[in-house]
Amino acid sequence: MPSLRADQAVQRGPAVRFVADGCAVDAFEGESVAAALFAAGWRELRRSPRDNAPRGMFCLMGSCQECVVWVGAHKLPACQVPAAAGLEIESLDFREQRLG
Amino acid sequence: MAEAPPSPIDLLVIGAGPAGARAALRAQACGLEVLLVDENSDAGGQVWRPLPPGFTRAAGVRSSAEAMQGDALRDELSGSGIRCLFGHKVWNVGGSLRTDLIGPEGVVSWQPRALLVATGTTERVVPFAGWTLPGIIGLAAATILLKSQNMLPGRRTVVAGSGPLLMAVASGILKAGGDVAAVLDLASRADWLQTLPSLASRPDLLWQGVQWKALLGRAGVPLLYRHGIASVEALGNEFRVHAQQVDMTGAPVAHAAPVVFEADAVAVGHGLVPGTDVTRLLRARHRYEAARGGWIADADAQGRTSIAGLYVAGDGAGIAGAAAAGAHGELAAVACAHDLGRLTAEAHARERNRLLAQWRKPARFGRAMAGLMALREGAVAGIAPDTVVCRCEDVTRAEIDAAARDGARDMNQLKAWTRCGMGPCQGRTCGDVAGALLAAHVGNREAVGCFTGRAPLRPVSLAEVAGDYTYADIPIPKAAPL
Repeated sequence: MPSLRADQAVQRGPAVRFVADGCAVDAFEGESVAAALFAAGWRELRRSPRDNAPRGMFCLMGSCQECVVWVGAHKLPACQVPAAAGLEIESLDFREQRLG
Repeated sequence: MAEAPPSPIDLLVIGAGPAGARAALRAQACGLEVLLVDENSDAGGQVWRPLPPGFTRAAGVRSSAEAMQGDALRDELSGSGIRCLFGHKVWNVGGSLRTDLIGPEGVVSWQPRALLVATGTTERVVPFAGWTLPGIIGLAAATILLKSQNMLPGRRTVVAGSGPLLMAVASGILKAGGDVAAVLDLASRADWLQTLPSLASRPDLLWQGVQWKALLGRAGVPLLYRHGIASVEALGNEFRVHAQQVDMTGAPVAHAAPVVFEADAVAVGHGLVPGTDVTRLLRARHRYEAARGGWIADADAQGRTSIAGLYVAGDGAGIAGAAAAGAHGELAAVACAHDLGRLTAEAHARERNRLLAQWRKPARFGRAMAGLMALREGAVAGIAPDTVVCRCEDVTRAEIDAAARDGARDMNQLKAWTRCGMGPCQGRTCGDVAGALLAAHVGNREAVGCFTGRAPLRPVSLAEVAGDYTYADIPIPKAAPL
């Protein structure tokens, strides 16, 4: 599938690799984690609390909280977290299962 | 615990978009000690959002007017010496206007003499079956993807909703090399034509719109006026989008045959809602004005609210568009400088009149656009009973209707009975539509009110608020004498 990245108007930062739920994700430095995951075809980020329905990034401006993930000890909207080499993030379900 | 702030400040400005940033610059020029805070990593707001750090504009590519305006603003700010706290979220504001922030280094509190809220807007999306599926994003979200991340929302996208963002997003997708399956606009061609006299006040912006539309025409993108999304089905990674004709209120036309579009992404938005989190938290007086986006803080022409020392500016104070926001921010700044005794009555009156004249033209344009984006009651009435309205808590339209029938009469009762608006977004996503649904039972929006503002305005962990401390930091009162 062709990339969703559009490079007509910009020069991206250096290529970086970060880790999401234990899997390597290729991105470019400074891209938001939400956008980088989306471009990698990773659209579902969590499940809704009552219906267990799939959810993903929605507002991209830090308001709706749909794309919240664990970044270390912090729960943050993935749209507000810049991709960086070695960054590790976990979806809420993944961490819950990992910690039992 | 966090260090005490180094020096007192006169004015704290929340939000570094066009309104907040211009207000900060003007307040500084009036001699005020200013602190500008924003949760994003740099100034510009959503409209002038910068490229991510590390990205550069490709050589030989002409920057858009918005990109140049944003870069100019950021240059001016960094040259001004104004203290800026980017990457800091305001999670609470106390009655004395003490503002509690959380940033990369933990929590910090500031006690300004005056507070200016320039927090812009969030996007309203009127729910439809399937709207919570991953891959369906807001129109404003799509602009952020395109303008800042330089990324497409999909290979083939349905663009739907109302207002100028429709054309901006659809043409942005085409320019970035993507396909647009269709543009579905709740407004009719006549609705757009009616705004023409007001749009003529800004020929540059009108021309931009004409160019967008020509681009869509050349690409052969179907543009369906008076159409909305009835439902979206997911078929693996693809969507089947069922478009439906609507009437002037946005209500589905019963006998019209649905039109189906295949796509792998949907960008949808039904207008912008002013961000009133902070002013509601402080219990300022608010009023409902559908044509300006919904509930807004009751304020004078210079953004003075019902609370002394609390000001609002920009689209968060009632939608008038980005082009008008800068002058609005400066109007609030000179009002504040005058109220704090730093600007004489004569100087203030002179500046006020000059800025009001500067604000009027773009505001006329912005308000015409806001009218196109105003909530359409028929669209809300057409939401299916089993469609989720509150995404955070999975509350459906039927549950909201049931609560209303059981006697819920205002937004706080609705919240307490159904959990609608109680989740991590604090009702920012669903509040406006939930209010319209409840108002349909109760009578009007004024009667149902809005969710009472509550801290934390952004999710924040108890550990972060408590900060690092040792046992010795805990004050222990002296024991009472026996």
